[in-house]
Amino acid sequence: MAHPVLTLVAQRVALGLLLLLAASVLIFVGTQILPGDVAQAILGQSATPETLANLRQELGLNEPVVSRYFGWLFGVLQGDLGTALSNGQPIAPALGTRLGNTLFLAATAAVIAVPLAVLLGLVSVRYRNRWPDKVISAVTLATISVPEFLLGYIVIFFFAVQYRLLPSLSTVYDGMTMGERLYAIGLPVIVLVLAVLGHMMRMTRAAILNVMQSAYVETAELKGLRPFTIIAKHAFPNAIAPVVNVVMINLAYLVVGVVVVEVVFVYPGMGQYLVDHVAKRDVPVVQACGLVFAGVYIGLNLIADLVSILANPRLRHPK
Amino acid sequence: MKDDLARLIDWIDAGGMSRRGFLGRASAFGLAAALGSAVLPGQARAEEPKKGGILKIGLGGGESTDALDPGLADGPAAFNVNRQWGDCIIDVSAEKELQPRLAESFDSNEDSTVWTFKIRKGVKFHDGSEMTVDDVVATFKRHSDENAKSGAYGIMQGIKEISGDGENVVFTLSTPNADLPYLLADYHLIVQPKGGVDNPNAGIGTGPYKVKSAEPGVRYVFEKNADDWDATRGHYDGVEFLIINDTTARTAALQSGQVHAINRVDPKVAKLLSRAPGVQVKSVAGPGHYVFIMHCDKAPFDNNDLRLALKYAINRQELVDKILDGFGSVGNDVPINSSYPLFDEALPQREFSLEKAAEHYKKSGHDGSPIELIVADGAFPGAVDAAALFQASATQAGIPLVIKRVPDDGYWSDVWNVKPFCASYWGGRPVQDQMYSTAYLSTADWNDTKFKNAEFDELILAARGETDEAKRKEMYAKATTILWETGGVICPMFNDFVDGVSETIVGWVDDPNLELMNGFISSKTWFA
Repeated sequence: MAHPVLTLVAQRVALGLLLLLAASVLIFVGTQILPGDVAQAILGQSATPETLANLRQELGLNEPVVSRYFGWLFGVLQGDLGTALSNGQPIAPALGTRLGNTLFLAATAAVIAVPLAVLLGLVSVRYRNRWPDKVISAVTLATISVPEFLLGYIVIFFFAVQYRLLPSLSTVYDGMTMGERLYAIGLPVIVLVLAVLGHMMRMTRAAILNVMQSAYVETAELKGLRPFTIIAKHAFPNAIAPVVNVVMINLAYLVVGVVVVEVVFVYPGMGQYLVDHVAKRDVPVVQACGLVFAGVYIGLNLIADLVSILANPRLRHPK
Repeated sequence: MKDDLARLIDWIDAGGMSRRGFLGRASAFGLAAALGSAVLPGQARAEEPKKGGILKIGLGGGESTDALDPGLADGPAAFNVNRQWGDCIIDVSAEKELQPRLAESFDSNEDSTVWTFKIRKGVKFHDGSEMTVDDVVATFKRHSDENAKSGAYGIMQGIKEISGDGENVVFTLSTPNADLPYLLADYHLIVQPKGGVDNPNAGIGTGPYKVKSAEPGVRYVFEKNADDWDATRGHYDGVEFLIINDTTARTAALQSGQVHAINRVDPKVAKLLSRAPGVQVKSVAGPGHYVFIMHCDKAPFDNNDLRLALKYAINRQELVDKILDGFGSVGNDVPINSSYPLFDEALPQREFSLEKAAEHYKKSGHDGSPIELIVADGAFPGAVDAAALFQASATQAGIPLVIKRVPDDGYWSDVWNVKPFCASYWGGRPVQDQMYSTAYLSTADWNDTKFKNAEFDELILAARGETDEAKRKEMYAKATTILWETGGVICPMFNDFVDGVSETIVGWVDDPNLELMNGFISSKTWFA
C-alpha cells in the first residue's frame, strides 16, 4: 500500500488532467459557436460564395466537429498548436515568446507581492485593531479598489511624466539584459503588486486571526512567548492552507487577467496577443491561448491543493 | 492654437500648388517635381539637415496580426512600417504634385489609355540586388492578382496589361484615365524584388531604412540604408517604432520623452498636449471625413426633400467644435474638399437652417413616423455623441429623428451598406475620380448611399479620360453639384490628421495625404 499522500497527490494530478481535457472541449466548442463563420471573417467584404466554399474546404471546416476536435487535440498533444490564419505563421514560437513575457512579469510581481502580503498580514495581526493594522488595511483596500488602468495612469503620471524615474513603456525584446528588462517593467510591477496585495494580505490576516482563537495559542501566550514569535511560529503554519489558496488564485490572475495592464504599459504579453486574434477571428490562436490559460489556472490550483494537503500533519504522518 | 492662421495660409498655398501642378504630361511633371522638392516650405528650406540619432515613434493602430506584405497593409502601423523600407514608383507630394520616385519620368498617349513609366537605373534593393524593370512589372502583376488579396487590387482593376519595354514599364488601360499616376502612388504598391511573389513578407525594398527586426503589434527596428539611391532623405541612423494602441499611454510616452513622435492624438487632449513642454501638436487637414448616409432608394429617404431637410438640420460647426474639438473643418455634403486636385470652390456651403429644414420636411409630406438613425461607437470616433447633437437640432426643426445605438461588432457587415440610415466614415482618396468611383457611381460596390444618377455617372466617366484640365474641372464641378443637390450623403465634417511631435524634430512639413507627413517623417526630418 502506497503512502496515502502519494495516492492523494496522484488522484489530484489525474483530476487536473481530466479538467484540462474538459477545458479543451469547452474551448473548442466555444470557438465554434462564436458568431460569424471563420471563412467569412477572413474574407470579410470580399467574400463571394465560391471563395467562401474554397476557403472552407482549405480550412477543413466541412468535416464534422468531432473529428476536427480530435485532429486538433492530437496535434496539441504532439506539441503542434497549428498555424495562425491571419499571417500563416506557426503559433507555437510566437505564443512561446508572449507566454515567456507574461510569466516574467507575473513572476516578478509575485516575488514582491507574496512575501510582502504575508509579512503585512503578520504585522496586522500583531497590531490588530491598532493603527498599523488600520493603515495597512486602508491602503491595501484602497489600491485593490481602484481600477487597474487608473492605477496605471496614476503611476505613469507621477513616475514617468513628472519625475521620469521609470519608463512609461514596458516594451521588452530580445537582446535586453536582465537589468534593462527589470527597469522596463518597473511600473507594471508596481501596479500589479498593488492590485493583488490587498486580497492576499486580508486573507493572511483573517486566517491567522482564526487560529489565534485556538487553545494552543493561549498556551503559548501563557508560556510568555513574544507575540510575533507566536504568530509566525505557531499560528501561521496552521493558517497556510487558506493562504496558499488565495496566493494561487492571485498568481493565476497575474498570468491570465492582466490584459488591461498590458495595454496601458504596452507590454507584449499573452493578453494583447489573444485580444488581437479574437478580433480577427483567428480561431487556432484563440484555442491555443485558451488552452494555455486553462493549463495555468488548473496547474496553480493543483499546486495549492497539494500544498494544503502537505501542510496538514495528519496527512503527512498517518498512524 | 497659435498657428491656426499660419495653417490656413499654408493650406491655401497647397491648394494653389496642386492645381498648377496638375499638368498631365510627363516631362513637365519631372521638372515640376524637381522644383517642388527644391522649394520646400518653412524650416526645411532654412536649415541644412543634421545626420544621426535614433528616431522613436509611438504608433496607434498596430496589431500582432500585421504582416510586412505591403499589399496587406490595412492600418496606420503597417502603412508607416512599409514607408520605411519601401518605395513606390511615384509619390504625391505635400503640395499634391506628382513626384516620380523609382520611376524617373512618365508619359501617356493622347487619350490616356497607355502610360509609360521610365524606371530609374542604379537602384539597389536591401539585399544588394539591382532593381530591374522586371521587378517593377512583377510587383504590379502581383497586386493585380486576386489571390494576393492586395489592398490595391481595386486600383489595378482598370489596367488591362502591364509589360516591360526596355527601360520602361507600360500600363495599358481598358478605359482612359488621366489620373493613373495618382493611383499608382498608393502606399500598397511598393516595389519588391521579383514583385515579392516568393516571399511577400520579406521586407526587402529600396527604402531609406532597412528592416532590422519586426515584431508585429510590439516593435519594429530599422537601420539606415547606407546604399540609399536618394541621398537627400533618411537623416537618422535608425528608426524605432513602438506600437502603443492605448491613447493615454501614447500621449504619456511622448510627454515623458520615450518617443519623439506619435500618431492619432485624441482631439480631446490635443489642446492640453500642445501646452505640455517640449511637445508640439500638428493638425493637418486631409481628405478623411465622417458621414451620415441615407439610401436614396428606400423610403422615406427616396424623397429628396426629406434628404434636404436632414441636410439643413445638422449644425456642422457645432459638430466640428464638439466632436473634433476644432481639429477639422465643416463638410458640405460631398465627399471631397479643397485637399483634392480640381476642387470646385464655387460650390456654396450648405448652411445650418432650421427654417429651410422645416420647409423641406413639410414639402416631403413625411407622415411623422420616427426616422431611425443607426450608430455605433466604432462608426467614427464620437459617432454616438454626434448623432445626439444631430437629433437635438433635427427635433428643433420638427423632424422626428431617433437614434438606435448598436454594438461595434458586426457594424460593418450588418449595418453599413445594409441599413437605410447610419453613421460611417471615409478615409478619402487621392483624386476625385477614385472617391466617386468607389462610392458614388451607380455601379460601385460600395455605393453606400444607393445614389443612382445617369448624368452624374456620365460626367465622372467622361472626366476620367479628359486631358483638358479646365474641361475636366468643369465636369467635376457639375457632378459635385448634382451630388450636393440630390445625394444621400450628409457630410458634417472633415477630420484632421493630428500628430504629436517632440520639439527636437526639425523639418516637419504639413502633408495632407496621410498622417506623420504621409509616413515620410523619418525620411524628411532630423534632430535639432
